[in-house]
Amino acid sequence: MSAIDRNPGSQGVVVLTAAQLKARRQRNIAIGLAVAFLCALFYAVTIAKLGPGVLQPPS
Amino acid sequence: MSDITVSLQRASVSDMAGGAPRDYVELLKPRVMSLVVFTALAGVVAAPTHMHPIVGFAALLAIAIGAGASGALNMWYDRDIDAIMTRTRARPIPSGRIAPREALAFGLTLAAFAVFTLGVVANWLAAFLLAFTIAFYVVVYTMWLKRSTPQNIVIGGAAGALPPVVGWAAATGVVSVESLVLFAIIFFWTPPHFWALALFKSGDYGRAGVPMLPNVKGAPRTRLEIFLYTILLVPIGLLPYLIGFEGRAYGVIALGSGVFMLNLAWRVWRDTEGRASDRAAKQLFGYSILHLFLLFAVIVAEHGILQPLGLLS
Repeated sequence: MSAIDRNPGSQGVVVLTAAQLKARRQRNIAIGLAVAFLCALFYAVTIAKLGPGVLQPPS
Repeated sequence: MSDITVSLQRASVSDMAGGAPRDYVELLKPRVMSLVVFTALAGVVAAPTHMHPIVGFAALLAIAIGAGASGALNMWYDRDIDAIMTRTRARPIPSGRIAPREALAFGLTLAAFAVFTLGVVANWLAAFLLAFTIAFYVVVYTMWLKRSTPQNIVIGGAAGALPPVVGWAAATGVVSVESLVLFAIIFFWTPPHFWALALFKSGDYGRAGVPMLPNVKGAPRTRLEIFLYTILLVPIGLLPYLIGFEGRAYGVIALGSGVFMLNLAWRVWRDTEGRASDRAAKQLFGYSILHLFLLFAVIVAEHGILQPLGLLS
């Protein structure tokens, strides 16, 4: 659980705990991997749906 | 510090629960998702068209993500009763690892992404069916039926039965009799499966105020209905063979496994006292999963492996 800095000048800034920072880093990595995988998948689906003819130059 | 400031700060803290990736995976109900993927795969491979493997994989992934989104939205809405039931109190939201609004945003985003992806990679009929399945599970089952009627899992079971229809539609662009037969198998399998669970978890559901059949109509009525639904399930399980879209191997396995499950359902009806009663319900619950898996595994094997290898006409 995050802690709230109770310093009157801080306006209630939320300070993340070490565990929360670690979880956030793990989430960022997971999202990055998922986006990279989806880019590759959509590229492959596009090529598959267009068929092999897409690689041949027009005559 | 004013009360308003304190409550705002508390809200900020709870909104920032921020779980690890595995908590988000748990939010997707991976075990339910695997069954959905498997039954949808049966719909894809049994369809009388060839789907490019990459397109088929992408379509199945979209269906899986749609199922996961339904699970996340279900956990978001049911967080109050999940905190009461022993079976569900360790889930990410009641245990405080993920904040409710995070689960809601996660579920809605995945649902929209899954429907759009299926529409783009397969067709918009399949995408519509997936959207309907998600909406039916979340709105009709979770928000409405689950807490209001003991017939909740009978009607709500339609959502769990739709994945093979979605898979078939993704491959062919239509809804056919064959895909509706696959729907019927899961639809009639659902009541005996969940009521067997409810028989030995009735205390849990009762404490949470969920009107499962044993809590509302009593165990004897539940046992009878389990038996009657299983009687219906045996011939429905045979329909793919009877209408000619599955082979003899499927017919033999569906009949043998169906009769075995019927025997377990009969024991549930017969053994009404003490440990034997709980044991019979647990056996039926466990075997029902294997039964459904067997039927769909044969369909996947016949159409996805044996037919392409030319071992089956």
